Amino acid sequence: MQRLLAPAALAALLSPVLPAALHAGDGVLDVVAPFEIKGADPVASGSIFIKMDIAETLVNADAEGRLIPGLALDWQPTDDGLEWRFRLRDDVLFHDGTPFTAEAAARALDVARAKPGLLETAPITEIAAEDGALVIRLSEPFAPLPAFLSEYRSLIYAPAAYAEDGSVSEVIGTGAYRVTRLEAPLRLEAEAFADHWDGAPAIERATYQAVGRAETRALLAESGDADYVFNLDPASVARLSGRDDVSVLSVSVPRSLLIKVNAGHPALSEPEARRALSLAIDRAGLAEAILRYPAAADQILPPSVSDWHSDTVEPLAHDPQAARNLLAELGWAEGPDGILTRDGERFSLTLTTYPDRPELPLSAAVLQQMFADIGVEVVIDSTNSSEIPVRHGDGTLDIALIARNFALVPDPVGTFLTDYAPTGDWGAMNWDSAEFADLIRGLARGEGGQAERDRAIDILQTELPVIPVAWYQQTAAVSAGITGAVVDPYERTIGLRQIRWAE
Amino acid sequence: MHPVLRAILYRAAQALLVALLVGVLTFLMMQSLPGDMAFRIAAGRYGYDAVNAQAAEAVRLELGLDRPALEAFGAWFLDLMRLDFGTSVISGAPVMDEIRHQLGASLQLALAALALSLLIGPPLGILAGLRAGGWLDRALLVVSTALRSVPQFLMGLILIVLVSIQLGWLPAAGYGRAEHFILPALTLALGLAAVSARIARDAMAAVAASPHYAFGRWKGLSEWQLLRRHGLRNIGVAMVTYLGLQFAMLVEGVVVIESIFGWPGIGHALVHAIFGRDVPMVQGTALLLGLGFVALNAMIDLTARWIDPRNPDSRRQG
Repeated sequence: MQRLLAPAALAALLSPVLPAALHAGDGVLDVVAPFEIKGADPVASGSIFIKMDIAETLVNADAEGRLIPGLALDWQPTDDGLEWRFRLRDDVLFHDGTPFTAEAAARALDVARAKPGLLETAPITEIAAEDGALVIRLSEPFAPLPAFLSEYRSLIYAPAAYAEDGSVSEVIGTGAYRVTRLEAPLRLEAEAFADHWDGAPAIERATYQAVGRAETRALLAESGDADYVFNLDPASVARLSGRDDVSVLSVSVPRSLLIKVNAGHPALSEPEARRALSLAIDRAGLAEAILRYPAAADQILPPSVSDWHSDTVEPLAHDPQAARNLLAELGWAEGPDGILTRDGERFSLTLTTYPDRPELPLSAAVLQQMFADIGVEVVIDSTNSSEIPVRHGDGTLDIALIARNFALVPDPVGTFLTDYAPTGDWGAMNWDSAEFADLIRGLARGEGGQAERDRAIDILQTELPVIPVAWYQQTAAVSAGITGAVVDPYERTIGLRQIRWAE
Repeated sequence: MHPVLRAILYRAAQALLVALLVGVLTFLMMQSLPGDMAFRIAAGRYGYDAVNAQAAEAVRLELGLDRPALEAFGAWFLDLMRLDFGTSVISGAPVMDEIRHQLGASLQLALAALALSLLIGPPLGILAGLRAGGWLDRALLVVSTALRSVPQFLMGLILIVLVSIQLGWLPAAGYGRAEHFILPALTLALGLAAVSARIARDAMAAVAASPHYAFGRWKGLSEWQLLRRHGLRNIGVAMVTYLGLQFAMLVEGVVVIESIFGWPGIGHALVHAIFGRDVPMVQGTALLLGLGFVALNAMIDLTARWIDPRNPDSRRQG
């Protein structure tokens, strides 16, 4: 009891020097999220500057993933699809007072495309400013180009932000807020930019604070210190949901928990073997126990990504007995220790995962049990996330548990293109489906529609180059003191510009 | 040679040796860490959603990671001779700026915690030591044992729940305003005060039981005069030495508290720099911490020498 009383007494001693309720209603909107600010460079921390409405992209996306105008008013490809013309807003100022021009946009995108990122993978041959418009020339038609330009790495800073070598030392955006203080890695302060093209936002000042621990983020929401808190852990969602002064918003996002499979591994090269692993997974149980929301994946993407969710494929199921039968048909028989063997080889796999997302190692442990149940031994290696591309590259990966974001651009075709046509560091490995790659490349060129997408999903569902496990939800705690905040399924925005203080 | 000058020269030589050792050791350790450095740096820079082989290749090219390790070490050492710590391979910012911000934040927090613990621990310890065996002494033993045995992260959470959520007096976590200091500093200070109170109590009890203290009382000094003239200085040496140690432990050991309170400290920075294979940042941080400890030790030596009544330097002033 003394342990509890001592701090209380000390706090009581300190209380006269502190104004009451310092943190509530201080006129500053406080945003808290787990993402650390790595620096001013869009490649490193652009997503934070987009969320805080400090920087903007040419193209935006709405909550359904439809592309809407950003700094560009509209865009049009030529008939051969090899040239896109973006008409730009002409009433936009950068935070340093210089005007936003096609030249500035071209410079920013040229810098972005010289760095690692999605834009680098687009077939761009030239970005030019012509007659006040931005013109992008391609070596082949590429339909997702506008979607690529909505990604955070394609944001536009003023020319003064970029050094000769493309390095970025200062944040000079066009957003409704401008940075007044940038204290990487944990904090930034911003104030309303009066000359924003859409008018100054309602809330004068905002801060962003990176807090790595989920418990602390929830406590900040609970104490009223933070007005918008990103990424809550399951236990905190339950606790915060009972409060009147905080509302918990959640939305299904195009991020999936997947088992990446080395289809070239002797034990995993037959699609039946991969299907057996898939049948061993009690997805509903895993989602309920670890993610604590009903998020069992019956295919790669959730219904919220309507274009890429197929109603016609046969849902992934849980049936350990069928899994055992499949493996028996492939010639696997139970060895003395309960683990399956074939031609003297044990069915033993190393599962690589990374602890950056705390649910991954936990889910890995659950999967280990489920696979043990059908006689497959799994050794978990929880390590740095970069080990997955490393082991993909040198062929030493067996299986990996990953949380893959399909909406780095609002159009998942971009992710399918880099991950599955035919392989990718965060997708298929030693898997080659010419039909799938053709379908996706066609869709990327702007050819085909729902039938082609459904067929592509069907191929993934039958061949299982990755085994879908669960679909993620994004959660946020929003203070009752504000209105207008949104949880964006594409994790781009929090609606900061539209947020107002509640009456 | 004057003994003070000799002590300073000794510490300066020590500093040079520490710099060399820290430089070589951190370099060797970073080289021997497992994994491909380019991939680890790419993961540190771009995060798990964006790290891939192309990103790693770009990093490898940009930083020239293919050149021989010895060459890289030589370049770092030459820069160091010019007092240039280089730039972080993760953020691209000068290492010195990053350290200034993050080590600065840690030092501020450690100093605030130490100051707060000084207000709490030693006064209570002295009071308890003056009446060894009294009710305050016995109560203090219980409280300080209890405080010391609570893990810091638990103490932090208890304080947040109590002070921020139940009472709503202070921000639960965060950084940037003066009131953000109080809870993390208090969390640390309670643990520190628990020990410094015991040290002060034991030192005070020993002094209070000594013949010279009794003599002071016989010659008619009041209790306050007695404490000021014969007590404080006597326990000062033990306290200063111990405080120095505490401070060193604080700067190193606040990682948990920093992460709970979202504080931008050097412990956190160092851990992330190691994960991200940010060699210049690790070398710079380790070097500054090493030199900091040498400077701290030198300061403790000098202060203790100055306080100690048996020392010839202090007798001249006393």
